[in-house]
Amino acid sequence: MNDVNWMDALRQTLAAESIAIESISEVPAVNSGKAAIWRIIDTDWQKLAEQAQTHKLRWSAGWAEQDDDCFIVHALFENQGTYLWTQTLIPLAKPELPSQATVYPAANRSERHTQDMFGIKFSGHPDKRHWTRHKAWGKHDYPLRKDFAVAGQPEHITPPDMDYAFVKSHGAGTYEIPVGPVHAGIIEPGHFRFQAVGELILNLEERLAYTHKGIEKIAEGRTPESLARLAGRVSGDTTVSHAWAACMAMEQAAAVTIPPRAALLRGILAERERVANHLGDLGAICNDVGFSFAQMQFSRLREDWLRTQANIFGHRLLMDCVIPGGVKSDITDADCADIKQGIIQLRNELTDIITALDLNSSLEDRLYTAGLLSTDIAAAYGTLGYVGRASGQDFDVRRDAPYPPYHQVTVKVAFENQGDIASRFWIRYKEIMASMKLIAQFMALLEPGDIAAAWQVPTPGSSGLGIVDGWRGEIVSYVRFTAENSIARFYPRDPSQLNWPALEKLVLNNIVPDFPVCNKSLNGSYSGNDL
Amino acid sequence: MLRLFKKILTTGIVTERVKRRSHDKQGNDDELEQLGIEIKRHIDRKFSGSIAIRAVDAGSCNGCELEIHALNNPYYDIERFGIHFVASPRHADVLLVTGPVSRHMQTALLRTYQATPNPKWVVAVGDCAACGGEFGVSYASCGAVSNVIPVDMVIPGCPPTPVILMKGLLGLLEQ
Repeated sequence: MNDVNWMDALRQTLAAESIAIESISEVPAVNSGKAAIWRIIDTDWQKLAEQAQTHKLRWSAGWAEQDDDCFIVHALFENQGTYLWTQTLIPLAKPELPSQATVYPAANRSERHTQDMFGIKFSGHPDKRHWTRHKAWGKHDYPLRKDFAVAGQPEHITPPDMDYAFVKSHGAGTYEIPVGPVHAGIIEPGHFRFQAVGELILNLEERLAYTHKGIEKIAEGRTPESLARLAGRVSGDTTVSHAWAACMAMEQAAAVTIPPRAALLRGILAERERVANHLGDLGAICNDVGFSFAQMQFSRLREDWLRTQANIFGHRLLMDCVIPGGVKSDITDADCADIKQGIIQLRNELTDIITALDLNSSLEDRLYTAGLLSTDIAAAYGTLGYVGRASGQDFDVRRDAPYPPYHQVTVKVAFENQGDIASRFWIRYKEIMASMKLIAQFMALLEPGDIAAAWQVPTPGSSGLGIVDGWRGEIVSYVRFTAENSIARFYPRDPSQLNWPALEKLVLNNIVPDFPVCNKSLNGSYSGNDL
Repeated sequence: MLRLFKKILTTGIVTERVKRRSHDKQGNDDELEQLGIEIKRHIDRKFSGSIAIRAVDAGSCNGCELEIHALNNPYYDIERFGIHFVASPRHADVLLVTGPVSRHMQTALLRTYQATPNPKWVVAVGDCAACGGEFGVSYASCGAVSNVIPVDMVIPGCPPTPVILMKGLLGLLEQ
């Protein structure tokens, strides 16, 4: 691997550009890929991003936190499975920082989120509008600052956010379609504003943050167990992976090593979650083009899969199965036999169904070339998971920065590069097949042993970064402890944050009636994005 | 196409059949059949055979939505009991509201409630909708649905399973 090379090369470039790295420290490596923390002077924040881009680093996550009289702003970059964690300090009195969004479009919404939550001004940011804030708190109030009470000072009825400046279209024949926040289907709330001509979509703008529940704020002061519960509800369909990422961060901070059996069980849970969600999506994608045969078959298979989970793990969606230090419950040999039986059954069923779908020309007609996301745009927005992998972004945390138990197995990453809905459909199918293999491998590796390590109270101020591959892609979770085992800061970055902007691009030149299937093929989490 | 028909035929009907009394099945299935019969009876009597539900996510984590979706899968197939999900509150008898009501969704929920014609019922689904759940009341969350609109019925659970959802709906119809 030439992973160290790019870091050395970047360091040399920064030195040549006289961008000073104030300090360098190693991150305790949970992920086997190396990681480093570089602290940069605030005025060089944007220049750092420029150099990072010339070295082809991917922008992964950005967040901030308040220390006593300053803010610490973080940006996480990645290349070839090696993470570069950069930080800068800015004074509380003058919270201003050159924007990285000018270089990395992926950082756009993240910086707007930080601006709304902390009042940090990102100078030169291409979009001056607020993002996470609607009208629930004042324009000059910042919920994640320490002087902001968790209860806030809400009005009796929060008014709607009427004056958000959407892009306007002009000219004869163009018209606007507002959709949401209450949608026609049984889905989460968000607003979509279309500009269309005839049936053709000229422009789409997303307005999210309707499900903003103050997760980052209400995490403060929680115990590790309580934070794991909350993390499991950042996005209900990703409960295992979010809880895992948060626990991994906390375990890193507390220097707790989870037992091998716990790691394997987490792996089984996470892969089961991936299969369950992909099964649901495969059916829903077909349903959105009116092919109900697939919807009925896949929702049947999903129900079988969930019932097995309820029997073995005690919860259909696997909530609260991952706890700090390990997992909540063990599985027996009989459970393993049930899981194996379920996998065999699912594989047989899929063989029938997928063959029938593959031969269906009307389905092919609707899914191929629709909702095209080019490799370039996918790369620019740093799209993750099946959205990225269907558009040529060959990255998977499980393979490229493996963490236990994935370091014990070979993870075969599904890959496509046509970037259309069909690609995102087939990649899900391939991932189901790969996950079933992984589950079998993990079960074969199970040795008797503990399923949770004893918790150790972390030293005050210690922090950790959990990075796992959820079913939607890379999840980054940052945790800092204060004294007495309680959480000072929690920031979960759901892959949806980076995937949502791609939807605005991939619907262009599609027809308005194809929006639902385009949206479903991406299936971003509203709750995970809005926090 | 032949493969497709073959799969349909070999899959058969997996939906749990509605029977008067069933002793030959166990667990969920039996419970579900009994529930279904009662629900159907109530709907026939009170709603002329059909009840229209509009699901509103007022800020949930999406867990409840996944289980509400499951009501429409071939196992539960809730539509056979006359319960169907509609796309607009203007078509609805019942609002099924999930999540703690985020402050950003407060007005939208109020307007949805106003758009639903009388008589109407509101069912708060899930622990968050029932009491605020893991999120409670904060600068960003109004907490329970009953803090925003009148609630007729609460179905707790995180998230409630499809069977619990059906039981809950039956409770509403009995009121």
